[in-house]
Amino acid sequence: MAEPMGFFTDTSVCIGCKACEVACKAWNQLPARNGGKVPLTGQSYDNTVELSGIQWRHVKFIEQFSPDRSSGRWLMMSDVCKHCVQAGCLEVCPTGAIIRTEFDTVVIQSDVCNGCRACIAACPFGVIDINPETNTAMKCTLCYDRMQAGMVPACAQACPTHSIQFGPISELRQHAEARLAQLQAQGVSQARLYGHDESILGGLNSFYLLLDEPEVYGLPSNPQLPSRNVAPSAGLSAAGAVALGVLGLVGLRKQRMDKLAAEAREQQEGDGSHAG
Amino acid sequence: MGSNMAENHPVAFRWVAQAKLNGTTLIHVDPRFTRTSAMADLYVPMRSGTDIAFLGGLIRYVIEHEKYFKDYVVNYTNAATIINDKFQDTEDLEGVFSGLKEAPQGSDQKYIYDNATWQYKRVQPWDAAKAREEAKKAATFAEMIQKMVPPAAEKDPTLQHPRSVFQLVRRHFSRYTPELVERITGCPQDVFLKVAETVTANSGPERTTTFVYAMGWTQHTYGVQTIGTTALLQLLLGNMGRPGGGILALRGHATIQGSTDVPTLYHSIQGYMAHPDARKAHDTLTDYILTETRPTGYWANLPKFMVSYLKSMYGDAATPENDFGYDWHPKIAGDYSHMPTMIAMAKGEVKGALIFGQNPATSINAALQRRALMQLDWLVVKDNFETETASFWYASPEVKSGQLKPEDIKTEVFLFPSAQVGEVEGTFTNTQRLIQFHEKAADPPGDCRSDAWFTHQLALRLKKLYADSTLPRDEGIKNLLWDFDYEPGTYPTDTRIQGEPDVLKIIREINGYQTGSKELLKSFGELKDDGSTTCASWIYCGIYPEKGKLLARSREPDPDNKPGTNLHWGYAWPANRRILYNRASADPDGNPWSERKKFIWWDAAQKKWVGYDVPDFAATKAPDTPAKPGATGLDAHDGKSPFIMMADGKGWLFVPVGLADGPLPTHYEPMESPVVNLLYPKQQHNPIAKYWQHEENQLAVVADPNFPIVLTTYRLTEHHLAGAMTRWLPWLAELQPELFIEMSPELAQEKGIKNLDLVRITTKRRSIVAKALVTPRLRPLMIDGKVVHQVGMPWHWGYMGIVTGDIVNDLTAMVGDPNVSIHESKALCCNVERLQ
Repeated sequence: MAEPMGFFTDTSVCIGCKACEVACKAWNQLPARNGGKVPLTGQSYDNTVELSGIQWRHVKFIEQFSPDRSSGRWLMMSDVCKHCVQAGCLEVCPTGAIIRTEFDTVVIQSDVCNGCRACIAACPFGVIDINPETNTAMKCTLCYDRMQAGMVPACAQACPTHSIQFGPISELRQHAEARLAQLQAQGVSQARLYGHDESILGGLNSFYLLLDEPEVYGLPSNPQLPSRNVAPSAGLSAAGAVALGVLGLVGLRKQRMDKLAAEAREQQEGDGSHAG
Repeated sequence: MGSNMAENHPVAFRWVAQAKLNGTTLIHVDPRFTRTSAMADLYVPMRSGTDIAFLGGLIRYVIEHEKYFKDYVVNYTNAATIINDKFQDTEDLEGVFSGLKEAPQGSDQKYIYDNATWQYKRVQPWDAAKAREEAKKAATFAEMIQKMVPPAAEKDPTLQHPRSVFQLVRRHFSRYTPELVERITGCPQDVFLKVAETVTANSGPERTTTFVYAMGWTQHTYGVQTIGTTALLQLLLGNMGRPGGGILALRGHATIQGSTDVPTLYHSIQGYMAHPDARKAHDTLTDYILTETRPTGYWANLPKFMVSYLKSMYGDAATPENDFGYDWHPKIAGDYSHMPTMIAMAKGEVKGALIFGQNPATSINAALQRRALMQLDWLVVKDNFETETASFWYASPEVKSGQLKPEDIKTEVFLFPSAQVGEVEGTFTNTQRLIQFHEKAADPPGDCRSDAWFTHQLALRLKKLYADSTLPRDEGIKNLLWDFDYEPGTYPTDTRIQGEPDVLKIIREINGYQTGSKELLKSFGELKDDGSTTCASWIYCGIYPEKGKLLARSREPDPDNKPGTNLHWGYAWPANRRILYNRASADPDGNPWSERKKFIWWDAAQKKWVGYDVPDFAATKAPDTPAKPGATGLDAHDGKSPFIMMADGKGWLFVPVGLADGPLPTHYEPMESPVVNLLYPKQQHNPIAKYWQHEENQLAVVADPNFPIVLTTYRLTEHHLAGAMTRWLPWLAELQPELFIEMSPELAQEKGIKNLDLVRITTKRRSIVAKALVTPRLRPLMIDGKVVHQVGMPWHWGYMGIVTGDIVNDLTAMVGDPNVSIHESKALCCNVERLQ
């Protein structure tokens, strides 16, 4: 396997230009919603609203101002699939459409996907949805096709401020640590990394530098694997997971799912917040 | 200030982001908290249109706290120069300078200035008119210029003389206290002082501060003076001609820098030289040269630039005997800029128009401009899509409402489909004067053609049309040299588009060549005033020094960004210099001001200027070279005068010539303002601002209770201009699909408006509708004890395209800066109400 590759998104230099959204759609030939005719949301400058089957990058805008404006911030963050090391979507996919690539990224193979939607519920970040044009589940591939050709993913290539950085995870982690130290030295005490180590789903191969609590960005501080999300009761979801395993696609996957289901049972409460 | 760089120049903002990573402090002064503010270390709110008051406050702070860069100010600026005894300041005349007089009848100005009293005091009396008469008798242009050299100006290097520029500047700005800044701009004093402390702490030998501006500064009736205020401040701080300093103008369109260089301006022929003008003493070539040439400084070479330009226009037909065809060249006789042209069009004085990459139907006071288009006999629009301008006759609000019928509109409209940027080859000149060549990626589809193709074909047809004319007035077009066809056999074989001009031939014409041998010129130093050289734009001379070596094509970055001037990446005019006036980066003795800010310096051993950039100075002129009394050109300057284009070689704190509205910048209110001018209650706005009288172009009175809210217009990252390039693309349309008006929660509450409510916005011109975007990013300001609300509207929408909306410019007025006729769409007055 090649070296694990991924994104480090430094939100402290994101200018909310949405070039990542457009570059992603252009390269991956994803359509605009309703041909571009959509209503104004009134939610800051966010008219994209969420990640979906045709929206693989989404820039979030968070306005934080005190009533007298003595303090104020406008946070921006380009959201994308986290390419989790422990990827719920991959675990629940009954057809084997979702694979882990040689770059340690998570990719849905459209031609194998049957549109069952299991992965949609399994993702703790709300990343995946059905692309209405293909009726299959879709999400960011980390530009698998470009990576295979030695190219940088479209969004990172288009990002004018290096907010989206692409490279080997080990290098990105070093960059992230250095940037965090710099910001903290400058007195930005709220700055933090998210998903850069194994504490979140074994590590996110798309990880972040945030300037506030993850929840402020709609990110769960303690995301859980699918058993917490697919059904209201842990027992049920475990049963579902076992059933999927019995469908017998991949033995190894069954083992993992059982283990995860057990872990989920043990945990009384998790943060199931669904990022938008 | 005056720029929303992160949103409107996101690609250039990559360098700001990089600077941030290197620890640079970023301050954003703006009426709205934008995506640029979000990146800033300090956001500074202000009332739209009060930049001069804010910057003037900084100037006063710098002077009164003695934070100016003394060695720089004394040696490199005109601070020590003594001004004419008759000069009177706005402080003496309650808001106007000496020299104000009534404008001629029929003018678009009430008043204009005579700048006679703004001049330097000379060591001996000088009669310029007499010198001019003497000069006319000269045998050569060089001799003529020699006779025009004035005596030296009086100076006081101690800066104490009450009529020294330094003391005049000090007195002029003495009332711009932090208190007054707060009362005028609404920026709290403590925030203003924080800016003042940061800027001064980051200026001096070791550090530099830069100011970045865009349309937020220019689009005012005192736009040029706002930039002048900053030039004054940056000279006091010693931030000009040095790395990390300067004033960075962010342009409003791609390659618009190139279009002012070569240019496509009505009042300039090329390289920042005035267009021959029937209103000036421009009757003959000699008159033009006498009027336009500054005998000292580098502009003394103007006769060479002018004659070489005429050779490029008329080729072999231009001879010394016929003044190189000067009489064939058109002369302007008025303000032919956009707004007065549209007013003339509305009056039926314009027959036809060619509109390239422009959309007047959505431009300033747009309904008036649409009405003007209807008066045309014919209209050519060349664009990528059918714009509002191309479709006004059937799709405009006036037609949709039944007010006008298509069959009653006589204008014949021709829409030519345009090639897009990837489908043409050519150059881009961006804001730092960097010229980069780009190849064509693909042929345009169908009948789409490049602008070069269209212009070339039009010129060929016009030449043919007039070929047999015997009228004297047609001599110009008959003698026009137009030789841009490909050589037989060299036409590109990989294209199906026929009839494109040879772009390299156009660049050859711009670069210049020896008239006889056609050998390319290597620099503008080779230009001659005898017709032996041909050059269409002197500042670009050297970009194409030899065949096969177009420097705009070069793409070699400095390894590891050291030293980072990247002299082999593209080509920057003039002479590939990356920082203008970079002699100022060294001290008077020629040594770097500091190791940290080292850029170019005098190498005594080699006896020349060396460093990281091409020196913007005579290459071997030592710092201790004295000025030659009575000499022309650069010989008139000593080795310590970095500003080589200026007559005295100094940076001008006080501007005796070149500006129509005063030698010093002064705070005036916009033409529409909710408050009276606190600084000069008797002079509300720029006394010589332009205004075009028309029943549809009325202005609100000062502090009009019907229009109490300040409206500023702007652009978003997601769209470009009036949307002709973006609202037709689904991927961009969906990002900002509808017109909105940004307002504070406080104003929204006062007006009973909720987020996404439909709102009617009204100005003295007319009203439009938009959705409310209620956001704490806007805030009410306290202006002299009174709450003033500001609202903002992006002006990207129109009636064509995938996503449509009302035209924000239906609200704006045709008023203009007296220097450049730019409009004032950044500060006007309106009212807002919830649509019932």
